[in-house]
Amino acid sequence: MAGAFDDSGADLELVGITKRFPGFTAIENLNLTIPAGSFFALLGPSGCGKTTTLRLVAGLETPTAGRILIGGKDVTDSPPHQRPVNTVFQSYALFPHMTVLRNVAFGLSRRGIQDALGRAHEALRLVELDHLAGRRPSQLSGGQQQRVALARAIVNRPALLLLDEPLGALDLKLRRQMQLELKTIQDEVGLTFLHVTHDQEEAMTMADTVAVMNKGRIEQMGAPEELYELPKTSFVANFLGQSNLFTGQVVSSSALSIVVSAAGTTLEVPRERAERHAGTVTIGVRPEKLTLLVEKPAPAAGTNVLGPGIVSDVSFSGVSTQYLVEVPGAGTITVFAQNMVFGPVVNRGSEVWVSWAVGHGFGLGDDQEAELRFTPDDDTQSIATQRRAALEAELEA
Amino acid sequence: MTMQEAAVLGRVEESRSAGRPRGPRRNWGVVVYSILILAILLIPIVYTIVFSFNIPARTNSTWRGFSVDNWINIFADPRVVAAFGTSILVGVTATLVAAALGTAIAIALVRFRFRFRTGLTVLLFLPMATPEVVLGSGLGSQLLNLGIDTGLPTIIVAHIMFCISFVVITVRARVASLDPAIEEAGRDLYASPAQVWWRITFPMLLPGIVAAGLLSFALSFDDFIITAFVSGSAETFPKYIYTAAVRAIPAQANVFASIIFLLAIILVVVQQVNAGARRRRYAREG
Repeated sequence: MAGAFDDSGADLELVGITKRFPGFTAIENLNLTIPAGSFFALLGPSGCGKTTTLRLVAGLETPTAGRILIGGKDVTDSPPHQRPVNTVFQSYALFPHMTVLRNVAFGLSRRGIQDALGRAHEALRLVELDHLAGRRPSQLSGGQQQRVALARAIVNRPALLLLDEPLGALDLKLRRQMQLELKTIQDEVGLTFLHVTHDQEEAMTMADTVAVMNKGRIEQMGAPEELYELPKTSFVANFLGQSNLFTGQVVSSSALSIVVSAAGTTLEVPRERAERHAGTVTIGVRPEKLTLLVEKPAPAAGTNVLGPGIVSDVSFSGVSTQYLVEVPGAGTITVFAQNMVFGPVVNRGSEVWVSWAVGHGFGLGDDQEAELRFTPDDDTQSIATQRRAALEAELEA
Repeated sequence: MTMQEAAVLGRVEESRSAGRPRGPRRNWGVVVYSILILAILLIPIVYTIVFSFNIPARTNSTWRGFSVDNWINIFADPRVVAAFGTSILVGVTATLVAAALGTAIAIALVRFRFRFRTGLTVLLFLPMATPEVVLGSGLGSQLLNLGIDTGLPTIIVAHIMFCISFVVITVRARVASLDPAIEEAGRDLYASPAQVWWRITFPMLLPGIVAAGLLSFALSFDDFIITAFVSGSAETFPKYIYTAAVRAIPAQANVFASIIFLLAIILVVVQQVNAGARRRRYAREG
């Protein structure tokens, strides 16, 4: 396959991008560099500016300020059809009056490239849809349309491929399958992918680098494991997975760790895993790093202990069980425990202690906001659920 | 309502009532009612066609016997031919201009927010809501005041005016149902603005524009009232029939009317056959 295409991906550079719409600012002074050949995900809740960023790169919007460079070339003032960029739209946006083959060949024909149809067939073979080349898009299933949209974009070998939540409308199983296919295709053709999504799991499984975006700013950027294990802001700590957060004063610090007075006790965090080392800080730990204990443990170095608390909720989900523990002074603590034995190990109302290794904690660079936890309406899961429900309703109508 | 309109509407009705009633007992009331309605609709048409085969004479009001002379000597009466030609010319010109302008207005109304947008919408509805007599007499007196000679150009302008409204209404619905992302995809796939219009937007709007064009042509072709006020000495087909009816309508008028009707029927049949073939093909490909 590689021989059929001859370019390679290009760097994308956003310099001081600001985008204001009448009434609100979508993006504020955004600086971002995406190296050639990488799979980059922009992750954030709806309205965080990620889709606007994508449209700015595609040329479908004009930035209020700032420059956009692709492969070192300034394209800020180029119209969309003169940019070496192709987009896979959220709604696929296939041309309904053309066959699948003509759809895929469209970009090549516009550029006057020889053998546009032959290359289109090749791209369709890549997404395993060549046998449907003569059909109209309306005769294809959602997953097939998605693949046609992808073929229509990658056949042009753009320096940069933009993906605008292209998997949002697919059901869960198909979405997983497409995620793997996209990843495989990216490996095969070696393009630079910029993927915009609100699905944190999707971003983490597919991307080399994830940038978490919130309110028009990038909160944190890095490899998925790094973002997950060492979030630097409370937004990231809660948008990317779940976190237990505690805020308090630093009471002592050493070369290796800082000790924070919080949740009615003292909690230790490694110094290099904390953003701030003095004053009021927020520290946290992921729910799966916690251990539930039914007896008060003996104090041990290198371990933080909270408790006693009362188990207020137990929800069993096959592989793991989620416990909610009410600890006086510390609020509700979430614990994920692998089901190593049959069923939950403690029941509702039990008295428990929770502990975690000091090395697993992290210290945030900002303070816990008042509205830290997302209201159920705009968390990732419910957006996806709502979208699926809306789509189903639409299909039934 | 012209025959084309009747045919177009008939097609809609037909496709809507595709499923046959499955009730165990036949409702004779409905049957009788349907036959009556069909008879009322068809009698004038049948009459027109039958009398186009009448033996030619000075008048065409009594049946004298079957003959194809009128069809053979279709161009015998130069006034019928001239009037028919004028109507075709007016209809085609008014339709093309109204379709172009109306489509542009429809896109503007759906895609852009501008001053006087609401005002424009109201203005567009006015010609449809105003009685034709009012519109025609108003136009006529305005042209007189301005000292513009009435004739073929003024007929065309007047027809463009009332056709535009119908084009805007028809095409606007089509534009509104168009996902802007599809055009964005075109721009994204290296198509210049002109190419986006001709290869994507226009083909997608085409069914709406064609429907609006057929409607416009039908409206223009059979318009009598407005035309009467703005035509001066120019004579369209309906105007000719009206003046000729005082004395005697030549049988050639029936021939032209029959031809229009047959053309409309052929159009509809071809469309239905095509659609049927397409459906069967889709069903086969599954």
